[in-house]
Amino acid sequence: MNIIITREDLKKITFFLDKVVTSSLAHSVLLIDRSGQLIAQYGDNLEIDVLSLSALTAANFGATAEIAKILGEEEFTLLFHKGKSENVYFTAVGEHVIMVTLFDDKTSLGLIRLRINQIADELSNALVSIFKEKKEIPILEPQQLL
Amino acid sequence: MPFINFSKDEIQCKIVYYGAGFCGKTTNLQYIFAQMGEDSKGKMVSIDTRGDRTLFFDFLSLNLGKIRGFDVRVQLYTVPGQVHYDATRKLVLKGVDGVVFVADSLKVQRKKNIESLINLAKNLAEKGISIRTIPLVIQYNKRDLDGTDSELLPVETLDKDLNSMLKVPSFSASALKGAGVFETLREISKLVVKDVSRKIMLVDQQIR
Repeated sequence: MNIIITREDLKKITFFLDKVVTSSLAHSVLLIDRSGQLIAQYGDNLEIDVLSLSALTAANFGATAEIAKILGEEEFTLLFHKGKSENVYFTAVGEHVIMVTLFDDKTSLGLIRLRINQIADELSNALVSIFKEKKEIPILEPQQLL
Repeated sequence: MPFINFSKDEIQCKIVYYGAGFCGKTTNLQYIFAQMGEDSKGKMVSIDTRGDRTLFFDFLSLNLGKIRGFDVRVQLYTVPGQVHYDATRKLVLKGVDGVVFVADSLKVQRKKNIESLINLAKNLAEKGISIRTIPLVIQYNKRDLDGTDSELLPVETLDKDLNSMLKVPSFSASALKGAGVFETLREISKLVVKDVSRKIMLVDQQIR
């Protein structure tokens, strides 16, 4: 599957990410695909290395999915890491996407979970239609690479 | 699985360095990381054990410049080479767009190279990808040991062992000293971009 995101798609996605941030008081949220590619980001703490974060998140999700299988579960659909001031909440959104929510002590895990549960299904439906659309883009010639 | 972002005019591709344990996959990435300019590379992330063995993967993101107005970003990954880390290798292969198979030129590693290539074919097949169609480059590493006490396989033998059926581009290299490292990267990047453009064609205006 190839993922193609247009400006329109990104607007749709950003609408949901904005909703997550404003309603849960998280400071930023990332959307990544399961192979580790960053799809979209929203929020105010984005000077961090988001590309590495994306790669590691996908790996983390893959590794815990294997743990789930050992325990007879299909997958763990959410993960939570707590730090002294920074926390991360990972949620599977549909089949291909993981939402990474970063938050500090201005909000609580309960509120984050509640808001994300409310928004995740809508976002998942929007993503299904984005991934399903057949998109046509130009032929690119590899020229003067490197 | 290439990811094309029209809102940022960016194409992201995933290239995986594959091969048996201690063949030099991580060393390839380390050399690339050391040589690339600050503005075109991200941080290098390594998840390894104390004995210098890759536990999960190494990760390096590079910006390769523009093609028709699109920024081309490649994500380089390595896999752990040891036989028993197969589950991890499968995870890293998820969404792969191109593979560099790093072969160890040491004579004692001959069997391990072949096993690792077969393992690659098997793991790709599980994802519905044929090793014959995915962009693939083979690198014969550790050529700098030629003429030392270590016994090396001639390139012809390596070619016969690993590339007689596939007939993909191959390079002699020394990941430690840098010879052949960028030639390998350049070739796989070209193949991947070509493949991405072949897969995803058609008209620009419709989408923007």
